[in-house]
Amino acid sequence: MTTADAFETPDLMLALPEIWLLAMACLVLVVDLFSKDRDHTPAFWLTQFALVSTALITINVQWGVDATTFSGTYVADAFGTILKVAALGLGFLGFAYSRDYMRDRGLLTGEFYILSLFAILGMLVTISAHNLLTLYLGVELMSLCFYALVAMDRDSPRASEAAMKYFVLGALASGMLLYGMSMLYGTTGSLDLATIREAAATLEDNRILFLFGLVFMVVGVAFKFGAVPFHMWVPDVYHGAPTPVTLMIATASKVAAVGLFLRLIGEGLEPLIADWQQMIALLAVLSLLVGNTVALVQTNIKRMLAYSTFNHMGFIFMGLLAGAPGGYGAAVFYAVTYAMTVAAAFGIVLLLSRKNFEADQLTDFRGLNERSPLYAFIMLLLMISLTGIPGTVGFYAKWLVLKATVEAGFVWLAVLAVVGAVVGAFYYLRIVRLMYFDKPEGVGPQPTGSGGFRAVLTVNGLAVLALGLFPGALVAICMAAFAP
Amino acid sequence: MLESSWPLLSLLIWLPILGGVVVLALGDDREELGRIVALGTAALTFLFSLGLITGFQSGTAAMQFVELRSWVEALNVNYHVGVDGISMPLVVLTTFSTLLVMIASWRRVTVKPAMFQACFLMLNGIMVGVFSALDAILFYVFFEVMLVPMFLLIGIWGGANRIYATIKFFLYTFIGSVMMLVALVYLQFQAGGSFHILDFYGLDLPLNAQIWLFLAFLLAFAIKVPMWPVHTWLPDAHVQAPTGGSVILAAIMLKIGGYGFVRFSLPVVPEASMTLDWLMIALSLIAVVYIGLVAMMQQDMKKLIAYSSIAHMGFVTLGFFVIFAIADRTGGSGMLLALEGGMVQMISHGFISAAMFLCVGVLYDRMHTREIADYGGVAHRMPVFAGFFVLFAMANAGLPGTSGFVGEFMVILAAFQANFWYAFAAATTLILGAAYTLWMVRRVMYGEVANDEVAKLEDVDRRELTVLAVLAAAVLWLGLYPAPLIEIMEPSLENLLEIVAAGL
Repeated sequence: MTTADAFETPDLMLALPEIWLLAMACLVLVVDLFSKDRDHTPAFWLTQFALVSTALITINVQWGVDATTFSGTYVADAFGTILKVAALGLGFLGFAYSRDYMRDRGLLTGEFYILSLFAILGMLVTISAHNLLTLYLGVELMSLCFYALVAMDRDSPRASEAAMKYFVLGALASGMLLYGMSMLYGTTGSLDLATIREAAATLEDNRILFLFGLVFMVVGVAFKFGAVPFHMWVPDVYHGAPTPVTLMIATASKVAAVGLFLRLIGEGLEPLIADWQQMIALLAVLSLLVGNTVALVQTNIKRMLAYSTFNHMGFIFMGLLAGAPGGYGAAVFYAVTYAMTVAAAFGIVLLLSRKNFEADQLTDFRGLNERSPLYAFIMLLLMISLTGIPGTVGFYAKWLVLKATVEAGFVWLAVLAVVGAVVGAFYYLRIVRLMYFDKPEGVGPQPTGSGGFRAVLTVNGLAVLALGLFPGALVAICMAAFAP
Repeated sequence: MLESSWPLLSLLIWLPILGGVVVLALGDDREELGRIVALGTAALTFLFSLGLITGFQSGTAAMQFVELRSWVEALNVNYHVGVDGISMPLVVLTTFSTLLVMIASWRRVTVKPAMFQACFLMLNGIMVGVFSALDAILFYVFFEVMLVPMFLLIGIWGGANRIYATIKFFLYTFIGSVMMLVALVYLQFQAGGSFHILDFYGLDLPLNAQIWLFLAFLLAFAIKVPMWPVHTWLPDAHVQAPTGGSVILAAIMLKIGGYGFVRFSLPVVPEASMTLDWLMIALSLIAVVYIGLVAMMQQDMKKLIAYSSIAHMGFVTLGFFVIFAIADRTGGSGMLLALEGGMVQMISHGFISAAMFLCVGVLYDRMHTREIADYGGVAHRMPVFAGFFVLFAMANAGLPGTSGFVGEFMVILAAFQANFWYAFAAATTLILGAAYTLWMVRRVMYGEVANDEVAKLEDVDRRELTVLAVLAAAVLWLGLYPAPLIEIMEPSLENLLEIVAAGL
């Protein structure tokens, strides 16, 4: 390379997953435009094909690679591959579960697929970003699509309110993120994460300004996670958005948020770990305390899952702040398995919902064991997995995080977290109790949904058990991704 | 370590769990077949568990029937099981009690019978797993997963206030066990990444850390035992649980707490155990005396037996933690006696409490009440049953010749060598125990026939008779000839004392 301005031909193959997904999203747009099918069947199948094929391409092209392209603005590496495949898989689950629900409510439009695909594309870009601007581009692409998706049910005042709230607060968070980035750029003169990392290691005069930037960025990231005290939007958005959109926000976007954290703070600002560790610890503590306590009194399952998210975000933060290979590996494992479990839980809510009826009250679960032992059992697995009982994957997630936290010297935080888990046990058990011990008022909602939906949901639910019994492979993959 | 030629312990763990899945799959429609499969599985498991006794080498403290396979390789977690003289009798007790429960609840349950039996079978496998796990994480997995079937058992088939009781039970035990998880993670870190329980022994930990670990273990195991003041879940759970659930709860689950103390607290953190032994002795004596008094005031038979269980388990913890005081006084002799007393008491209590709860179950099946006041003069109508009931009541009160006497006597004798007042307080149980049990017997069994309901009672049938006779034989055998049991346990307990002494 002679000068910095010299033009290199970028290695397009390395970024093939994003390119392919973009092309597919455009194809869906065109096909849907000309399709006469009222159920948007071609769009559905094309979307699912796009997600699966992108996942396969990602594994083929990016697993085991550690390289950058587009002049260092795009990076492909092992943990990125895991997060991308998880995001794509969660998108697949979301579409599989949502078809009947959206059709019954007149929301099954081509835009649903296209906006969701672009949101997922935004996640992939975020996860692979190696430059502040690419990162911001990915985050905004994801967020803007989500704002629109939340508002899809435009006749519902609750959805509109949720979308408004999400948009305003999300824009504020993006502003924070951008402001922090500008300070980093101001001190280092570079947008490249590798350069920023080098500069962070040798800070002298600009340390204060740099740390200010760090604080703003942590705030922005915490908004995207929905961590306490930047959580105000979460319950309203979860509650107000159509359930399939809630599913996407609750699962795939959390995986992307982990990617955002790991790229921006974990990788770019790694030399300042002593500074951000304390901030993240504070966020973790607040998330563990507030989320749990408020979740106790919810009667709507979507709100309950929203508040319980904070508890899990607290756990993910614990993994992240432990740094080093073990902590990041634990956080990725936690995020992926948590998202998978919650996706199935929303799947059950969608399964019980019918036309003009939302099965989102806790009381709708009364006596589910009588009506459908299989789905009651799957919900039992999901709830005990979220509680962290062994035999389900949630236990390993919690344990890996605790292990990393204890090894990083934060024993007090580990103790606090397990106390939080006990509080969590109470509201998760309440669902088990309703399903198994109580009798329904009247007949109670029956499981609906097509065969394909049920099959995917069953596999998703049983995977929580299977991974709980044999977590070895997934743990090994997550740990290997961060091995030095 | 003695490797096993074929995986007997795995068989004992997975056969009942598999049987439970089969019973569940058969469903309530094929109830009769499911019942036979359930009973067959329980019987087969018990028969296989006898292989542990015949194949056991009693002269050694080494782990036997060991199986070691990698489970989660990335984290160094192994599927590692094995038993020594401490855990082997408890494993057999588990399979034995499950078989009895299966016989005792034969055709008694009409609501979701398949799920009911499946829960018991799975519990059987899981509890064998708890006693035989040699990997800390494997232990934790079994320890915790056990809560789920028990939660359902109490919640679905329990009494009127079952939901409150089962949630209380779950949350109580869950808070205890999560603290232990943090302790285990810490220990693994200290032990250089190994989760092998025996690798935790002899770690050179500072006293400060030991005390925190001890408290974490204490919370987990004290809630399981249960010790005063964290015992309040037990009376609720027992009263609300179906008979079979009470039997398993009293006969085995409480033992897991005691087992935890000898497997973890004493050998892993001996210095903290010694430092805090006053606390353990105090709590044990409060359980013996105060809970004994509480038991006397109960109007509900199950509640009375539940409280008496707490009092009797006080002897177990007293036996385990009085050893340091004995060592101070005598320099060592008597320590073994205390540990053996505690262990014998655990096994004996397993038989007696199971028998007592089954007796109450026999009455409850007929009268649908557990209130002592609703009974009176039952012996007139059920003479055979009355005979058994009185025998078990005597055993509960610690009558010489029954198993209840042996363990308590050994512990009292050992406690004498530590401090007269310890022994004195413990010995009050002989009076209190006799008072509350015999008073209950008098009010339920003797006197005039209390009402028309009692007048219509029929004596035990053959199924009930079998169960009670087997338990009576066990109670008497252990009471008259405890030597074989002690012989099995002794090397392992001696070894434990050496580990404790080395750690001080």
